[in-house]
Amino acid sequence: MDATVSTGTEDSVWGGGNRPLGASYGKMMMWFFIMSDALTFSGFLVAYGFSRFKFIELWPIADEVFTHFPFLHGVEAPMYYVAFMTFILIMSSVTMVLAVDAGHKMKQKGVILYMFLTIIGGAIFVGSQAWEWATFIKGDYGAVETNSGRILQFVNAETGKRAALADFAETLPEERVKHQSSEGIWFQSEGSRTSYSLNEVVEGFKATPNILIRTEQLNEEGEKTLLDRKQSLAKILKGNQVVEGANLVHNEYGHRLFADFFFFITGFHGFHVFSGVVINIIIFFNVILGTYERRGHYEMVEKVGLYWHFVDLVWVFVFTFFYLV
Amino acid sequence: MAHEHKLEIFRGLLKFKSNTQKIWGVLIFLSIVTTVEVALGIVKPRFLTHSYFLGMKLLNWIFIILTLVKAYYIAWDFMHLRDEKTSLRRVIVWTPVFLICYLIFILLFEADYIYNVYSDGFITWDF
Repeated sequence: MDATVSTGTEDSVWGGGNRPLGASYGKMMMWFFIMSDALTFSGFLVAYGFSRFKFIELWPIADEVFTHFPFLHGVEAPMYYVAFMTFILIMSSVTMVLAVDAGHKMKQKGVILYMFLTIIGGAIFVGSQAWEWATFIKGDYGAVETNSGRILQFVNAETGKRAALADFAETLPEERVKHQSSEGIWFQSEGSRTSYSLNEVVEGFKATPNILIRTEQLNEEGEKTLLDRKQSLAKILKGNQVVEGANLVHNEYGHRLFADFFFFITGFHGFHVFSGVVINIIIFFNVILGTYERRGHYEMVEKVGLYWHFVDLVWVFVFTFFYLV
Repeated sequence: MAHEHKLEIFRGLLKFKSNTQKIWGVLIFLSIVTTVEVALGIVKPRFLTHSYFLGMKLLNWIFIILTLVKAYYIAWDFMHLRDEKTSLRRVIVWTPVFLICYLIFILLFEADYIYNVYSDGFITWDF
């Protein structure tokens, strides 16, 4: 506002002084940005839907992927942690509106307190997302990938629960060397080695009769298909490599596109939360320094508030399409 | 800046005395909706996962509708759209809604077509 050159025609309709749609310039531009960003995010989410519909019978079941809760090892807690994260973000959204409300009433102390709580909430959320990523990348049971890139997971026939590779893989007296690009063709190298070689997993599988294979194929009940022992023994021979955890190329939880979209969409959202926290911190210091007190209004808090709520809004959709549907 | 706040939600069914009170009211409502979503996602009632509407499970329809409800209250009460001029609200809401609906329609149809090509073709993708 202060930077606007005064022409003396502000009061006339075309003079630049009137506010289209009753919103100030800054707020209008924030809405412009939010709308374009909303279209970007919906592009990503629809692309996720595209890939999912393309491989509708193979898509991983989110409940079986995200089952961890910090400090509760071995306890199956599907979605509880994500629900907690959602609640944290909604809560920080609430403290943000309260900051805007306090700003309208010109209560500097209130704005400081609520902005501070908002920043804390955002930090907790980003930390939770980092933890979720780390758990996802580390993996839990391990699987075998076939020649065609399909994932074979293992189930204990007696308990009906998933079996980890360590439960049945044998340790064979074989020497495994990590393949590096310096020893052979320069463009071929290997990532970190898995804890068991394919041979060890296959031999262990043959020697343990109560382990069955679960394929990616969803059956009519919406569950993954469990093969019987005979089919399993035939299937394991199609194995091509052992997969532990998830990255952009291999994913022990199922279709690799699931991991790709997980990293891409939650990563892009997490980056928004991170930048939101940074912007909030800048405005927080401005509030402490009394910038808006001197300016006479707290509209800046309202503008960053719009951005912060938008981040919350996006998470509501990510939560639904990644974890629920 | 809209200084006056509209303090009614649910089309006037619930009236709040102050803006602060309305914010807490909306928080409670959003928390209830999230809890219902998570509970349904964990329990997965059979009558919802085995009945279909327009090719999608009833449970998924419920999730999507509840998400839109949440989005509405975040945009209307947290982002103050309720207090903005009707014209601004329409510009903000209907433009993306139109574009996103088109995108969803066209990409999901295409994906379904590709799925059929994969499953009806004479090439196996599982070897």
